[in-house]
Amino acid sequence: MRYVDEFRDPELGRALAGEIVATMQPGCHYKLMEVCGGHTHSIYKYGIADLLPGNIELVHGPGCPVCVIPMGRIDDAIAVAQQERVIFTCFGDMVRVPGSDGTLLDAKAAGADVRMVYSPLDALRIAREYPEREVVFLAVGFETTAPSTALTLRRARDERVPNFSCLCNHVTIVPPLRALLESPDLRLDGFIGPGHVATVVGARPFEFIPRQYGRPVVIAGFEPLDVMQAIHMILLQLRDGRCQVENQYRRVVPYNGNPRALEVLAEVFELRPHFEWRGLGFISQSALRLSAAYADFDAERRYGVPGLRVADPKACQCGEVLKGVIKPWECKVFGTACTPERAIGTCMVSAEGACAAYYSYGRLTRERQLV
Amino acid sequence: MSASSEPTGREQRILRIIETARAKPPRFKDERITMAHGAGGRASQSLIEGLLVPELGSPRLAELGDAGILPEPGLALTSDSFVVRPLRFPGGSIGELAVNGTVNDLAVSGARPLALTLSLVLEEGLSAEVLRAEMQAVARAAGQADVEIVAGDTKVVERGQADQMYVCTTGVGVLDPRGALSPAAIRPGDRILVSGSIADHGMAIMMARGEFELEAEIESDTRSLWPAADALLESAGAALRCMRDATRGGLASALNELARASGVAMLVREADVPVRPDVAAAAEILGIDPMYVANEGKLVAFVPEAEAAAALAALRAVPGCSEAAEIGRVEEQPAGMVLLETGFGGRRVMDLLAGDPLPRIC
Repeated sequence: MRYVDEFRDPELGRALAGEIVATMQPGCHYKLMEVCGGHTHSIYKYGIADLLPGNIELVHGPGCPVCVIPMGRIDDAIAVAQQERVIFTCFGDMVRVPGSDGTLLDAKAAGADVRMVYSPLDALRIAREYPEREVVFLAVGFETTAPSTALTLRRARDERVPNFSCLCNHVTIVPPLRALLESPDLRLDGFIGPGHVATVVGARPFEFIPRQYGRPVVIAGFEPLDVMQAIHMILLQLRDGRCQVENQYRRVVPYNGNPRALEVLAEVFELRPHFEWRGLGFISQSALRLSAAYADFDAERRYGVPGLRVADPKACQCGEVLKGVIKPWECKVFGTACTPERAIGTCMVSAEGACAAYYSYGRLTRERQLV
Repeated sequence: MSASSEPTGREQRILRIIETARAKPPRFKDERITMAHGAGGRASQSLIEGLLVPELGSPRLAELGDAGILPEPGLALTSDSFVVRPLRFPGGSIGELAVNGTVNDLAVSGARPLALTLSLVLEEGLSAEVLRAEMQAVARAAGQADVEIVAGDTKVVERGQADQMYVCTTGVGVLDPRGALSPAAIRPGDRILVSGSIADHGMAIMMARGEFELEAEIESDTRSLWPAADALLESAGAALRCMRDATRGGLASALNELARASGVAMLVREADVPVRPDVAAAAEILGIDPMYVANEGKLVAFVPEAEAAAALAALRAVPGCSEAAEIGRVEEQPAGMVLLETGFGGRRVMDLLAGDPLPRIC
């Protein structure tokens, strides 16, 4: 595929791996966090970790929007999906996330009308097709997906589609990063910044990381050479004693973001005072809800969801894993009470979570060479 | 940056716990059947190995081959149901699938397909024209595969109790004396062959459903695999280890099933797996891995290294198999797993799918 294969060239990858090794200080162990779930996906899909020396450890951050949704919100979604006349729509990877009593896929098997869509606009189309039904869209994701939800809501209002509403679980990226960085036991040397989110918000919101917390950030694209180059750029900063936000993904990310997307976000959403993150607890001003102008389309108001908080299991140490304080296998329940089939914590829920990845592939990653 | 640490005793112990858990037969713990149980991944495996096989208690069924083998009198027997929507799609229709699917289960078991039975479940209101067209498709595919439809059954259910029509076929074949196929015969060093480009059928169906605003002229690969199986049996004979039909769950699932059944590891080179450019592009846009997308006319075969070149040449000479390729080899460790050498050059596990091949949002 043109314009894609160029970023997947194995020879350039090998050359870059050599550059990375040459930039490292021998015997040192580097812990780098890829903030975004999309990067985690690329790292697995292309086998990037396998090309890196064993003393570069990639820690999967809180940027998988599916993993961070707490159980109570899934319970709310299932409660709405089970209402009579409701067609419940969501992205495909939400249907397997467990609530306190099963998943949306289980609710579907038990009779709820749950349908997968590729875009919130598809949900709006279904609402127009079934005027006698109530169509609810489960909105999840960071600033990456929030603008498409916002545009859909704007269209629903302009076209007066009364049987459409949105159960909003959009979250923002900066507060959880700040929460991680505030933690005194944090063990991270640098961040691979979230390229998709930055496409919307720009590079500027990440300036606080080097300035206040002294960690380098390189905003990166999602092709394997993008990720490798970003790792190299972080190592160069560490070697040279620099600490700044650099933009590896300049072909897509403008420094100030996308003003039109930011404008529609500001019109349709407002910040929630606080929101619960699976594994990380409550973080203030870390999520979005519908603004007063769009209250009519807010499924939370329309259906009066249970809104119960379901505590993360006590033994679960996902928070520490996310901060890089412990490795997956050091968690008390890893591999025994918490497995991919019966996940307890966020890191085991998604196949790309740190614990699920270690569970499946741990034996292989052990074999990497140290520099 | 800190000094590197060595693997500890605790980590080794945890890895051993995981190995033990993975090696155990899957248990079925779900309260209801979900769509994931039909997708060919881990949930399907737990349904089949954790509920169906133990309850039925038949040792031959427990071998989990594509067909049941009856050494006396040398027959293979198999059954398959077809519930595809839409009924017609570029490159084929439910009628052709119903013939080829069952014929292929026999062919990859090393049996020459002999005869089929055909059961129809029809929804009240189905147009006679649609039914006639599908019966013509069945007859045409049966003619091409040289099998006879020798018995059948028809049921009609009320509107809404079925989706237009479901088709079940049962097939019987005669075991071919040239080969003795079994997953247990697969050995480290063997080469893995695939009979052509993968993921055509599944992507054709996804496009034909029109749920995505994508247009591509992708055709299903539905066809009889007996000519391919015949060519491999003729070329490699008794050295041919095993074949499998890479249907639901795609190439990745077929290889995982065989790796588990034979206790070997498999290393697949992504760059050598044939995927047509339009299929690759559609999969890329939808965020779906072609390795997990269904085929309806592709087999994987295992042959010793010494036979690989001749077997591949024989396969490529079969009409429809010109894109056949050697895609990897069998290794000893890590037993029961499939590894992928990615096109980018890294190595990773290519595991069973956890659920439906769902698109990702990020």
